[in-house]
Amino acid sequence: MDLTGLVAFNVVTGIATLFLITIGLGVIYGMMRIINLAHGEFMMLGAYTAVTAVDHGVNIWVALLVLPPLVVGLIGLAVERTVIRFLYGRMMDTMLATWGISLGLIGLVTTLFGNVVKAVPTPVGSFEIGRYGASLFNLVLIGTALVAIVALLGLLRFTKFGLVLRATMQNARMAAALGVSPGTIYMATFALGSALAGLAGGVLAPISGVSPDMGAAYIARAFITVLGGGPAIVTGTGLASGLFGFIDELVSFQTSPVIGDVALLCAAVLLIRVLPQGITGRFLRRSL
Amino acid sequence: MTATRPGAAPLRPLLQATDVSMRFGGVKAVDSVNFTLGEVELRCLIGPNGAGKSTFFKMLTGQLKPSSGQIRLRDADITGAHPHEIARAGVGIKTQVPNVFNALTVRENVFIGAARRTSVKRADAIVDEMLVRLRLTSIASLAVGQLAHGQRQWVEIATVLAGEPELVLLDEPAAGMTQDEVHRTAELIGEINKTHALIVVEHDMPFIRLIAKTVTVFNQGRILMEDDVGRVLADQRVRDVYLGKQAA
Amino acid sequence: MTPVHLSARRRSGLSFLAVVGAGLAILFGAPHLVGTYGLVQLTLFAAVAIFALSQGFVWGFAGIMSFGQAAFLGLGAYAYAVAAIDMGDSTVPVLISVAVPMLFAAALGYFMFYGRISDAYIGVITLTVSVILFQLTNATSGSQYHIGQAELGGFNGMPSVPPINVPGMPDDQLDQTGIWYVAMGSLVVVYAFLRALLASRFGRVVVAIRENETRAQLIGYDPRLYKLLSFTVSAGIAGLAGCIYVNWGGFISPTVFALSMSAQVIIFVLVGGLGTLLGPILGAVLIQGLINAAGGQSAVDPNLGLGIILVAFVLLIPQGLLPTARALLARAGSRKEPARAAAETARPLAAQPLAPETRR
Repeated sequence: MDLTGLVAFNVVTGIATLFLITIGLGVIYGMMRIINLAHGEFMMLGAYTAVTAVDHGVNIWVALLVLPPLVVGLIGLAVERTVIRFLYGRMMDTMLATWGISLGLIGLVTTLFGNVVKAVPTPVGSFEIGRYGASLFNLVLIGTALVAIVALLGLLRFTKFGLVLRATMQNARMAAALGVSPGTIYMATFALGSALAGLAGGVLAPISGVSPDMGAAYIARAFITVLGGGPAIVTGTGLASGLFGFIDELVSFQTSPVIGDVALLCAAVLLIRVLPQGITGRFLRRSL
Repeated sequence: MTATRPGAAPLRPLLQATDVSMRFGGVKAVDSVNFTLGEVELRCLIGPNGAGKSTFFKMLTGQLKPSSGQIRLRDADITGAHPHEIARAGVGIKTQVPNVFNALTVRENVFIGAARRTSVKRADAIVDEMLVRLRLTSIASLAVGQLAHGQRQWVEIATVLAGEPELVLLDEPAAGMTQDEVHRTAELIGEINKTHALIVVEHDMPFIRLIAKTVTVFNQGRILMEDDVGRVLADQRVRDVYLGKQAA
Repeated sequence: MTPVHLSARRRSGLSFLAVVGAGLAILFGAPHLVGTYGLVQLTLFAAVAIFALSQGFVWGFAGIMSFGQAAFLGLGAYAYAVAAIDMGDSTVPVLISVAVPMLFAAALGYFMFYGRISDAYIGVITLTVSVILFQLTNATSGSQYHIGQAELGGFNGMPSVPPINVPGMPDDQLDQTGIWYVAMGSLVVVYAFLRALLASRFGRVVVAIRENETRAQLIGYDPRLYKLLSFTVSAGIAGLAGCIYVNWGGFISPTVFALSMSAQVIIFVLVGGLGTLLGPILGAVLIQGLINAAGGQSAVDPNLGLGIILVAFVLLIPQGLLPTARALLARAGSRKEPARAAAETARPLAAQPLAPETRR
């Protein structure tokens, strides 16, 4: 019974983690049809923001949860203004350009911080599930994911920005005719997606180990979860995270984390074969 | 061989569509259409925009799978087959928007059309013949993307004919052509019709008069009438449909 | 046949002979001109140039966004290493290093192309597959992960992989000069093979499908089959590059599967010229030269430079160096010889995207 509780807790943590590492990519892909190959490096920048802030004595919670999205959001804004905006409508070119940004950021951070693994202390201890100990920090991950879901749904559903965003996504030309500037909306969306990637990097920094090439460990899972989720950004990412995270954690528990990752990716590939438009391409099409 | 008797069934048709329908969501773009085309027949399809002509063509070529009904080419059931399978069975189409290999030269385009069925050497011979027939020899080594609209239409027709199809579908072959080119196209259709069956979709009524024998009129996904060209063009219902009135 | 057409064909034949001639000159000239150390360097260049050809063919001619080409490089390298350790004689392992990536690509390609997966998704899936292989091989540390006698070694990789030997004589292993002949010879053969393939009916159809898949289908070609075959052929070439790569170093580690490998080969092709064969070779030599030059210093990480090059080419010179140079030459020549220049710019692969067809 205790073990079941622990496994269940780990499954929920796994789902929350997958959601966090995916949602930034999902926002940018869902709204702009841009596959941001620098997503992993945006996470990496979030993690380095946390490391640097902690080193300078910033409060740990601010360093993990507040500064990374702010800093990476601004970096995303700069990337959109200097590169991405010239490439709208050219999907392959945006993939290549963001791949270049990904390499450049790895190189830049290696040059500045060295190719070493840095660590951030975990701010909270552990608690017990029966005879087993579980990390309290996992609760922080789950909480962050829940807040992110609620905030995004609220933003899309109840704010003027959300309405304009959805309108632009549906029909950019029509939105432009109604006085909305698609350029501004895309810029804000890219910054939002970048900020979410930064948040994921920051909040995962204490448990992942921070190094210039850490992004590569996440992007495969993030891509495949976005594709599996389909067009509804929040719901799709949530459902796909739920499905894939569940498979990953259960298989990892039975075998090893590597086999768990492989099982996740195989499940995702099968899902895309059956539902080329992702889960929300077939079901719950009207969700957000 | 069965003994012939008076009133026996006519020759087996080349193409037969039975009760073919295409639904998109709740909309019936094509609604229970029955359509028969004989060997080496020339048929014109007319009808207002949205009447279902292009959808019907797409079902004939396999780009859309009919929601229901059956399409037969001679003895073969081609309902819902892949486009390349239908093309191999002998159906060639010139689509409404010029559909060519833009970065390839005229010669290369036609070669791709010819090379599927024959050896490279024979294909080269077919290409030469086709270039002469469609008067494309002088521009054979230009990239098709650089050509004018009318020339690109002819490149597409040449590419289709080079594959020696049994049945040629032409979706608005005269659109965007100059008067001269329209006449040349009409002549060409007559030439093709000596050996091939054709279905031609067109809006240009003078052009229809120039080429047509039998005309089928589509309206709102159904066949409104099918008759000799003179009678069709004189029909009040057809005029009403084209003027946007509701057909009785 | 028109005279213009003939001369275009003759020019293409001349350029082919020129490239193959230059390749043979380098093949036989280099051992006399550079020392053993230089030959080892050049062997690496030949390996990456073959790798670049595999990407240049599948992406530039077949139009398939294979963004995980390192998967096939790595599979070829590992397949050779494992087989060479287990078998002793290297002849069959060389064939295996080509066959294993091809089989893997055939399975993956069947899933992607017959599953009607869109172009961008193909990019993501191929990239993801290479990441999976990286993670998998990385996790094979320990003696329990072995194939025959060959231990995979996890992130430490496999040391002392036996080099190619004279067929049938396992003890007669090639020295550095011998491996150079194999490497450069393979590059020339792969280039000639791809030129012949592209001139064949198969190659022309592959390019036609890249240009307009619907039209090719309506003529009667099955795009799925042609894409599957192109993808598989390119995987075999990448596998051969992997085999030569492991012979170059005598060592293999999971970094052959790394994303940076796939990124580099994309950069080779993009810099040299998408839709050419010579371009990827030149791009590989140029960029690999820069990487080697940058390897001597530690102030700046080479990835920074690669990233900047990639972004700059996408934004500023998307057609790559070779087509840009050809266009400039044609423009310079057009003052003297307008007709010929017109034919030159009409060459298919330099053509720019056209305005979209819009009617009604």
